[in-house]
Amino acid sequence: MIGGYATDWSVIGDYLGVLLYGVVLTLRLSVLSIAVAIIVGIFAGLCRISKNPVVAFLAASYVEFIRGIPLLVFLMFIYFGIGSFVNLQAKTAAVLGLGVFTGAFVAEMVRSGIEGIPRGQMEAARSSGMTYLQAMRLIILPQAFRRILPPLAGQFISLIKDSSLVSVISVYDLTLQTRNVIIATFRSFEIWTFTAVLYFVMTFTLSQAFRAFERRFKIEH
Amino acid sequence: MIQVADVHKRYGNTAVLNGVNLNVAEGEVVVIAGPSGAGKSTFLRTLNGLEPIQRGSIMVNGMSVHDRRTNLNLLRQHIGFVFQHFNLYPHLTAQQNVAIAPIHVLNVPKAEAETRAKDILAGLGLGDKICSYPTQLSGGQQQRVAIARALAINPNLILFDEPTSALDPEMIKEVLDAMRALAGKGMTMVVVSHEMGFAKEVCSRIAFMDKGVIIEEAPPAEFFANPKHPRTREFLSKIIY
Repeated sequence: MIGGYATDWSVIGDYLGVLLYGVVLTLRLSVLSIAVAIIVGIFAGLCRISKNPVVAFLAASYVEFIRGIPLLVFLMFIYFGIGSFVNLQAKTAAVLGLGVFTGAFVAEMVRSGIEGIPRGQMEAARSSGMTYLQAMRLIILPQAFRRILPPLAGQFISLIKDSSLVSVISVYDLTLQTRNVIIATFRSFEIWTFTAVLYFVMTFTLSQAFRAFERRFKIEH
Repeated sequence: MIQVADVHKRYGNTAVLNGVNLNVAEGEVVVIAGPSGAGKSTFLRTLNGLEPIQRGSIMVNGMSVHDRRTNLNLLRQHIGFVFQHFNLYPHLTAQQNVAIAPIHVLNVPKAEAETRAKDILAGLGLGDKICSYPTQLSGGQQQRVAIARALAINPNLILFDEPTSALDPEMIKEVLDAMRALAGKGMTMVVVSHEMGFAKEVCSRIAFMDKGVIIEEAPPAEFFANPKHPRTREFLSKIIY
């Protein structure tokens, strides 16, 4: 007993199912949001370097706007704000919010990744008769992705952690489940400790997966 | 095969090409020589539309290269291009580098394209390097892979942009030998190069370029023995060949 608080770790066993349900939902939201972020990010990244000034401006505005507002505000805006006009499920709003938010950061990485590929690569591809999109898909993006893998990993790890914010729009992710278990048990210390460990396991696994991925696709130099 | 008439190009206020005229017939090997900054590489790059022009016309294989209605992708399916810095795709093996355009541009079945890539590479003495990545190859080997890549689309014309300028001296010969063999098979080639030995021995014609204009054109024997333009004479007096 420290400071009058007797720890009791057995509550974790009692509520393991509830907490793991939260883990599953957090993972599902994260995977779907990452998919949205990749699609939005590639699209916006390509638009950023478009020769069409209107397209480039719209993409730049999206990136700047998202980078300038807190994720919490953005989630509220989607769920309650957009939700005033269209019927949005909380989970859908969560995936859209996280995905579109992270997409802005992915777009910047995609842009810088593409700009880092020597111009001769595009010229060689185009000289062999490839269209711009073929050259992008077959030659430029595969190289750009290898380069941006490390910062991309960091961004997706952030996404898993930031997904805890969706608890404020009543999505029953790990964080909201944790709060519910604590309301039932008053075991804050034990449950939050366990939840922190669960988040760490998720993010650490993802970061190790990215490491393996990087090694697998490394270009020999 | 190539008809160039009065081509002008400028970057901002700097004129690079000032009325270039050149005709190349099928089976000819034309070397474009001249001092640095004469516009040789820029000119070569206008031939497949890599560089836009402001005035004049370029016809290649009967297609007007700088006409907006021309499908450049279609035009380029018949023109190989070999770069000074190779520009091989670093994430692909030698074989994949060679096979990728046939597979995705010409819709050749993958297995067939890969077999053909292997054969072309073997023909250039790279049979044991098909699974190597570009960074595992020497400069001379990389440039030969680049030549194989240019050949893979079955071009009837290959453009070479200073193909030996980025190579160590001991690797120049293997690349020139590959080009000589191609010329021997009747490939139409336009070569920007400082390799006067190669020009003397292999090409049908030398076009000498200075300040964005081709000022003299002659078969190599005549070009070296009896240069007409003072600028050509000055250039030849300064170089070793």
